[in-house]
Amino acid sequence: MKNILKSTLAIVAVFAAFTSCNNSGKSNGKSGALSSNIAEKVYVAPGEHDSHYAFISGGYSGNLTVYGLPSGRMFKEIPVFSQFPTSGYGYSEETKPMLNTSHGFIPWGDSHHPDISQTNGEIDGRFIFINENNTPRIAKIDLKTFETTEIIEVPNSAGNHSSSFVTENTEYVVAGTRFSVPIPQRDMAIKDYKGNFQGALSFISVAPETGNMDIKFQVLMPGFNYDLSHPGRGKSHGWFFFTTYNTEEASTLLEVNASQNDKDFIAAVNWKKIEEYVNNGGGTMMPADYAHNVYDEHTHTATSTMKKEVRVVNPSEVPGAVYFLPTPKSPHGCDVDPSGEYIVGNGKLSANLTVHSFTKMLAAIEGKKFDGEAYGIPILKFEDVLAGSVEQPGLGPLHTEFDAEGNAYTTFFISSEVVKWKLGTWEVIDRKPTYYSVGHLTIPGGNSRKPQGKYMFAMNKITKDRYLPTGPEMEHSAQLYDISGDKMELLLDFPTHGEPHYAAAMEADLVKERSQKIYNLEDNKHPYAAFSDADAKVVRKGNEVHIYMTTIRSHFTPDNIEGVKLGDKVYFHVTNLEQDFDVPHGFAVLGQNTSELLIMPGQTKTSVWEPTKVGVWPFYCTDFCSALHQEMQGYIRVSPANSNTPLKWSMGEDIE
Amino acid sequence: MKKQNIIMIIAALLPLGLFLFPLWRITLEAPQYPTPLAMNIHINDFSDVHPHDIKNINLMNHYVGMQYIPDAIPEFKIFPAGILITTVLGLLIAWKGNYKWFLGWFILMVVLSLAGMYDFYLWEHDYGHNLDPKAIMKFTNPDGTQMGFQPPLFGSKDILNFKAHSYPQFGALFLGLGIAAGFVAYIVGKKNKSTA
Repeated sequence: MKNILKSTLAIVAVFAAFTSCNNSGKSNGKSGALSSNIAEKVYVAPGEHDSHYAFISGGYSGNLTVYGLPSGRMFKEIPVFSQFPTSGYGYSEETKPMLNTSHGFIPWGDSHHPDISQTNGEIDGRFIFINENNTPRIAKIDLKTFETTEIIEVPNSAGNHSSSFVTENTEYVVAGTRFSVPIPQRDMAIKDYKGNFQGALSFISVAPETGNMDIKFQVLMPGFNYDLSHPGRGKSHGWFFFTTYNTEEASTLLEVNASQNDKDFIAAVNWKKIEEYVNNGGGTMMPADYAHNVYDEHTHTATSTMKKEVRVVNPSEVPGAVYFLPTPKSPHGCDVDPSGEYIVGNGKLSANLTVHSFTKMLAAIEGKKFDGEAYGIPILKFEDVLAGSVEQPGLGPLHTEFDAEGNAYTTFFISSEVVKWKLGTWEVIDRKPTYYSVGHLTIPGGNSRKPQGKYMFAMNKITKDRYLPTGPEMEHSAQLYDISGDKMELLLDFPTHGEPHYAAAMEADLVKERSQKIYNLEDNKHPYAAFSDADAKVVRKGNEVHIYMTTIRSHFTPDNIEGVKLGDKVYFHVTNLEQDFDVPHGFAVLGQNTSELLIMPGQTKTSVWEPTKVGVWPFYCTDFCSALHQEMQGYIRVSPANSNTPLKWSMGEDIE
Repeated sequence: MKKQNIIMIIAALLPLGLFLFPLWRITLEAPQYPTPLAMNIHINDFSDVHPHDIKNINLMNHYVGMQYIPDAIPEFKIFPAGILITTVLGLLIAWKGNYKWFLGWFILMVVLSLAGMYDFYLWEHDYGHNLDPKAIMKFTNPDGTQMGFQPPLFGSKDILNFKAHSYPQFGALFLGLGIAAGFVAYIVGKKNKSTA
């Protein structure tokens, strides 16, 4: 009866669509125009705000992008590991130290997994941590300013991939190595990999108030590849789980040689036990070079400190701290459900999804039911820890997230789909295709004890025909699904920037009220700040010329500078005197070999210019700031090296 | 103590609320200021309603050549003294107790308030009309005279892209209630006299 009614309505709707003089476009034949309100579900009216923030990593862009859900609109790109000419990050004197490492200044990074800080297992919206894979680093972004405020390099690590997930009170951010390497690094034959290379799992402590990071200890594990990780929570809080591949310890053609073992491992690490051991003086300090870069929002300047040693722990020194859970075949994702009971290991070459039970794991450890050991680390029996498996859900499982109703959502790379299944019964409830080749997926709050339901988005590696073509290269795509019902519903495609590797998302209210609007000028402690036009000056120190410059709508002070000579290094220290939300000023000078600056209200930033030609060169504001933005300009005169042009500066002097 | 004297004491004390609450507020609304710019006028100070509002008002106003809102004006010394003197005066006559003096106090307060309003008007007029001749933007009225940017004395008014609002605040309410109470004290006193 219901169906008859439905189809009658559909026929009426189709009839109406055909007869209506205003042809309202495509009405969805499958579901009927009356029930098709998908556009409405992602529509955020002009001036209204999205309900959720999504922070999507940029992968090879090295950055983090901020999106709104459900609209899929991109709001900001936050520079993290890569130079960013839009704001001068990594180009300005103040931010160059952020990209310092033990290998020197590195202008690019490969950002992967953002994770939001938590309190009591719930997202608190204070910080986002994100890892750099290529030159192992962890960054902290302050969600008050949406700026990167701290980067710590991870020594003894290589391919920092199983990272940067946080424990449930943000006690630690973890940085597990994807590639095992000689520790300490040395010149040795690669073929001697087996038994000689090691994998470092780094536990970076986060100070509760300031968020300051410090490497508390590194666990030196066997030379496997540590792929992904997840903290325990609830009952399993205090443990951390890492998937491994290449337990074969092959060093060449890993495609084949690391796919031989039927089962690799999930390494279960009892970090509380190791922490206790370390607090009692356990572990050894090992020489290591790594940079710790901190941005001070009062001096608007980053400092880079080189650290000289790190505490390492051999797991065999702490009995009961590390166990291996056999997991079929080359598991990629490692995900723990909100209750902390289930540990999902997505064997990317396996037909089934393997789920381990934390309770069973503890019982097996208690009963000492070991199936041998690897490098002194006990291996538990597969059958003893297995909670269950989802039979043949798809091809190439990668990552799993959870909703608040006890369901799990797993992405399948090869079969390009998201599969919804029930924890405990292991039955598949729903599956939806993605377009195409999905990697990670995110549910707001999904990485916490309290998933915030409603939305899920999949991040796809291949875009093909989903948008207007833009030549051989397409931006990757994300797809938003409504998961509030039994069945997932695809709502929206939206392009992402770089590789949308993984994302963290949360309800907007957690962040938006705390978002800072300006920097207070009175808090500006930059050594070269000028707090009013009267403070503007030009000072020569040998061949360095320091210009204390101010900007306000719509002029620079000074705007005429003379007395600079070839061979001088000119420092433009520009202070934005504005104290109004969203009124930055830009600065660029002709022939600059760095980038423009974008200076926020109350901030000071420095650009270095080494003029190469004699002449009178203009500088100007690059951010359309006001009705007289075009007039916001000045000149700097460059004289020959041997000239005696006096140092002189002015603003408004010649007006009659 | 007689009822009218008590009312007169209250009347004399109420204007002291001006030291606690702002007297007046001028608010400027424009599309690019979703949070409007606004300035409170106190008996002895100007203050931002939201952080840095006055700075931002000055920044906007310099385009048309308006002067910067000063940190202090002479009135910030005169007005508080005036209020303190009239309060003391009010308390003295409340203590002395002749209700006819209450009327005198009431009239004095009305006259002083009107004088204050007139002074405010003059200040606004100067602020809105005495423009920098080198102003970046010059606007004329339809009759060819130079456009002024004077905020309204009371009420709302469109000034170019801004809508300016000028309204009394809590402090003014205290002053107004005080003045009214002075009059009530007089009426009550008169009534008691006639019934006595």
